Amino acid sequence: MRSFTYEKAATPAQAARAAREPGAKFIAGGTNLLDLMKLEVETPQHLVDVNGLGLDKIESTPEGGLRIGTLVRNTDLAADARVRRDYAVLSRAIVAGASGQIRNMATTGGNLLQRTRCHYFYDTNQPCNKRVPGSGCSAIEGFSRQHAVVGVSKACIAVHPSDMAVAMRALDATVETVKPDGSSRTIPIAQFHRLPGTTPHVESDLAAGELITAVTLPKPIGGTHIYHKVRDRSSYAFALVSVAAIVQRDGTGRVALGGVAHKPWRVEAAESEMPNGAKAVTKRLLAEAKPTKENAFKVQLAECTLDSVLTQAKG
Amino acid sequence: MKFETAATKNPIDQMKIVGQPVDRIDGPAKTTGTAPYAYERHDVVANQAYGCIVGSAIAKGKITSIDVSAAKAAPGVLAVVTYQNAGKLAKADSHTARLLAGPDVQHYDQAVAVVVAETFEQARSAAKLVRVRYDRQPGRYDLAHEVKNAKPPKPDEKDPKPPIQKLGDFDKAFAAAPVKLDQTYTTPDQSHAMMEPHASIAAWEGDKLTVWTANQMIDWAVRDLAKTFSIPKDRIRVVSPYVGGGFGAKLWIRSDALLAALGAKAAGRPVKVALARPQIANNTTHRPATIQHVRLATELDGRITAIAHESWSGNLPGGDPETAVDQTKLLYAGANRLTGMRLAVLDLPEGNAMRAPGEAPGLMALEIAMDEMAEKLGIDPIQFRILNDTQVDPMKPQRPFTQRRLVECMRIGADRFGWSRRNPTPGRVREGRLLIGMGMAAAFRNNLLMKSAARVRLDDRGFVIVETDMTDIGTGSYTVIAQTAAEVMEVPLDKVIVRLGDSSFPVSCGSGGQWGGNNACAGVYAACMKLKSQIAAGGERVAEDFIDYPKELAESQQQSTFGAHFVEVSVDGATSEIRVRRMLAVCAAGRILNPKSARSQVIGAMTMGVGAALMEELAVDTRPNYGFFVNHDLAGYEVPVHNDIPHQDVIFLDETDPLSSPMKAKGVGELGICGVSAAVANAIYNASGVRVRDYPITLDKILGKMSA
Repeated sequence: MRSFTYEKAATPAQAARAAREPGAKFIAGGTNLLDLMKLEVETPQHLVDVNGLGLDKIESTPEGGLRIGTLVRNTDLAADARVRRDYAVLSRAIVAGASGQIRNMATTGGNLLQRTRCHYFYDTNQPCNKRVPGSGCSAIEGFSRQHAVVGVSKACIAVHPSDMAVAMRALDATVETVKPDGSSRTIPIAQFHRLPGTTPHVESDLAAGELITAVTLPKPIGGTHIYHKVRDRSSYAFALVSVAAIVQRDGTGRVALGGVAHKPWRVEAAESEMPNGAKAVTKRLLAEAKPTKENAFKVQLAECTLDSVLTQAKG
Repeated sequence: MKFETAATKNPIDQMKIVGQPVDRIDGPAKTTGTAPYAYERHDVVANQAYGCIVGSAIAKGKITSIDVSAAKAAPGVLAVVTYQNAGKLAKADSHTARLLAGPDVQHYDQAVAVVVAETFEQARSAAKLVRVRYDRQPGRYDLAHEVKNAKPPKPDEKDPKPPIQKLGDFDKAFAAAPVKLDQTYTTPDQSHAMMEPHASIAAWEGDKLTVWTANQMIDWAVRDLAKTFSIPKDRIRVVSPYVGGGFGAKLWIRSDALLAALGAKAAGRPVKVALARPQIANNTTHRPATIQHVRLATELDGRITAIAHESWSGNLPGGDPETAVDQTKLLYAGANRLTGMRLAVLDLPEGNAMRAPGEAPGLMALEIAMDEMAEKLGIDPIQFRILNDTQVDPMKPQRPFTQRRLVECMRIGADRFGWSRRNPTPGRVREGRLLIGMGMAAAFRNNLLMKSAARVRLDDRGFVIVETDMTDIGTGSYTVIAQTAAEVMEVPLDKVIVRLGDSSFPVSCGSGGQWGGNNACAGVYAACMKLKSQIAAGGERVAEDFIDYPKELAESQQQSTFGAHFVEVSVDGATSEIRVRRMLAVCAAGRILNPKSARSQVIGAMTMGVGAALMEELAVDTRPNYGFFVNHDLAGYEVPVHNDIPHQDVIFLDETDPLSSPMKAKGVGELGICGVSAAVANAIYNASGVRVRDYPITLDKILGKMSA
C-alpha cells in the first residue's frame, strides 16, 4: 500500500514546519484531498492534521470586519448571523456549492485550496500539466465545455471550482498565513490564486509549508448581495458561470465571476461600467477571453447572467 | 402451464391482495440496512480477499508487455491475474467485448488485470503498480464521422427482424404530399448510472463456483459463466437476492464477476470485486448514441400518408444497433412506411441495453417530429396524434393490438394537466423573467412474454414459501410475487415468504425489458394453482410449474403498453436555465399489480427521462489518442437531483389484458421513460420558441436564440 505518515499539529507554526518538506500536505475537512488520494491524483507522503488547532472562530475585527478562522466549516460560515446580514453574497455562494454533508466538513482554508474538477486531471491515464508538470494538457483540444475562458495558458485551461472564493474575491478578503519560521503575513485574495501560466501545478501564492490561519473580511460595504450560479442541474453541480455581485443603490458596485478562470475572476477597472449595464461590464471583464469552441457560450452566458443579476438588484 | 388462450376469470380477479397498494415486503430490510447486497455478503463465505481491476489506459491496440512484479511484491498481495495466466477463456454470446483484454485491447478501461490482496486498500494501491505497455492503434470514435461507413446490421437470433422494413411506396407518397417534415435528431451515449456499482464475491469449492453478485438475469449469468470457463452449468451457482438498480447494466455478468472468479482461483480463496464509480462509464456497457432521420408527410387534414424513421448507431465489431425505430413501426397509422437501422463500427466501449432500449431514444426523436408536424399543420399536438391513431399493426393490418388506449391516455392527461390553458404560440407565457411552456408526448413500449418458473411450498406452520430465481432490482418483485401467492393460496400477505435471485431455484424470466412483473408473477400463479390442486387431492405440499407462451399468441395480436407524458417547464429569459415544474404520466399497461410500487417505477422512469432530456451525456473524446467517455464519474455525468424534479403524478388506466398472461398485467417500468424526454423538449419549445433537436437540451443550445 502507498503509505503516508500522519501527525496532528499542536500549533499553527508547528503545523507549518511539519508541512515544509516536499510531499507533505495539510488535511482539514478532507473533502477534496481524500478523494484525490484514492485516485492517486494526489500522493502525499506526510499528512499534517490541522483540525485540532482551534482556528475555528468567527471574530469581529477592530476595523469592523470579520476574521474567519481557517477551520470554520462552510456550513457554520454560511449560517453565521453576521455573515448573513453583512456579507450575504458569501452565505449565498457557500450554500450554492457542494452538498450539506460536504459543507459540514469542508473548511474555509480548504475551500480556497480545492483543486480543479477537470476530467483529465482526475484520469491518471491522461496527460495533465497540473497533475504531472510537463506532460501536456488534454483539455485544450479535448472535452472543454466546463473549462476556463479567460486567463488561460497553453499549458492549462482548468477552472477553479470554488463558489466561496468568488464571493470572497468580491468582498476583497485577505488571507492570513503563518510560515514555517513562525512569521505571518496577509495576502490580498486578488493575489492569492494564480493563473496557470507555464506552471499550472502552482495554484496559490503560498510557500512550502505556509498555512492559512484565517480569512479576514473588511468592514461591510452595504449594497444588495447576489450570488447567481448557473449550472446544468439545479443543485450539486459545479458552475458553468457564476456571478457574485454587490450592487449599491446608485448602480455602482463590484462583480466577480466563477467558472470562467483558474481563479475567481474580477477586474476592478470593469466595475466603473456597472451603471452602463452588463454588456459594458462583461466586455471589459472578459476582454481577454480565449474560449474553446466548446465553452465559447460562457462569454455570452456571463453577460446574460450579470444582466439578470443587475436587473434583480434594481428590483 | 402453457398460456395458449385468453385468460378467463381466475383467482387473481378477486383483487383482494393483487392490485392493492401494499408496502414493499422488503422495505424494512432495506431501510434498516439488513438487506444484503452483493459486496456486503461478509457472512456467506469466510476468508474473503479483495480484488481491484486495472483497466486499459488506451482505447484500441495491443498489450506488448505486462510487468506485475512490483504489484506482486506489494504488501498483502495474493495474486495478480492477467490474460497471460488466466487460462483459456471463451467469450459468451451475450458479450460483444471480452471482459478481460489481452493481447488485444478493444476499448478504453477494458480490464487488463485484477490484483488480489488481503485488504481493499492494498489491492487498490497495488493495482496502480501493474505496468502495462501498449502498442496503440488507430480507432474509430466519432459516430457522425462513421455514418458514411454504416451498414444495415445482419438479423440474428437475438433480433431476427430485417433491419430495413417498407410498406407501400414511401418515396412516392412523400414526394406527393402537401405537408412534409424532414428533420434529423441526435441522442448521446448515456450511462445507466445505477446506485449500486457492479459487484461480486466468488468462491471455488473444488471445481464448483459460487458467485454472489448484482445481476438481473440469474440463468443468463450461469450460462455465460459456464461458457466463459467451459464448464457445465451445474457446477455454477449464482446468488443475487438484492440489486441496487440495473437499468440493463446488469443483464449480463460483467468484469467484476469474471475477475472475482479468476482472482479466487489464483489466490485459492474467496475474492470480492466491485467496480469503482469511474469504471462504470468505460469498463461496462452504455446506451449507444443515435442519429435519427425522421420524415413525415400528411394530407392537409393532418392524416399521415408517409412515415419514415431511420437511425444510425455505432458499436464494437459484432455488436448490436440501438433499435431506435421500433416504435415507429407500430405507433401511428400511414399507408407508406419505411424504417431502417444502420450500424457503424466504433471502438468505444460496448453499447448495450439501457432502460427501454430502442423506444427511449427512438421516441426522443419521433415525438419531437410529431409536434413539429402538428405545428406545420396548425393542429393541436394531441389532436394530431389522435387523428393518426391505429388499432391495428400498421405494417400488418390483420393484426390488432390486444389493448390500445393511447387516445384515452392523452385525453385524460390533457384534462388533468390543464392542457387547454397551453398557449400554442411559443414564447408567449411569462412569469416575471421566466418563460413558461407545456409539452406532451405519447408513450409506447412493447409488452414482452417470457417463460418463467417458480416453486411453491406450504410448510407446517402455514407459511407459503415461494422460490424462483427472479430478481428484484428495486422494482418491487418481492412484493408483487407475494401478493400473487397470497391471492391464489388465500392466505394473508404476511404468511408468504418470497426467496429470489438464486440459481438453485427454478428459472424465471428475470428482470429486464419491463417483462419481469407480469411474467414472474404468472409463473408463480402457475405453481400456486398446481399446489392448490395437489393439496385438494391430498398430494404433496410442494409444486413447481412455469408459464410459457406459444409463439402464435405473440404473433397473432400485438401486445404493447401505452401512455402519455405531460410536462411544464420554465426557461429563464436571461440565462436560458431550464427547470421542469410539473409532470404527469398516464399509463395504460394492463392490470397494475401494485399501484404503489408501479407508481415508484414510473416516477423513477420519468426522472430518468428528465435526465436524458436535460443533462445526461457521456462526452466522447474522439481524438486518436483518447477515444473514451471523458466525464466518467457522477460529478461529470450529471443525473437529476431532487431539486430538478418537482411535482410528479401518475395515473393508471383501469385495464386488464386477458392475452398478456393469467395476471392480465403488462410491463410498466419502462413505459414510464418512453416519451418523457420529447415531452420536455416540446415544453421547452413551447416556452422559449427554440427547437433543439440534439439532446441533451443544455442551456447553451438555447442561449441567445430566444426572440426577446
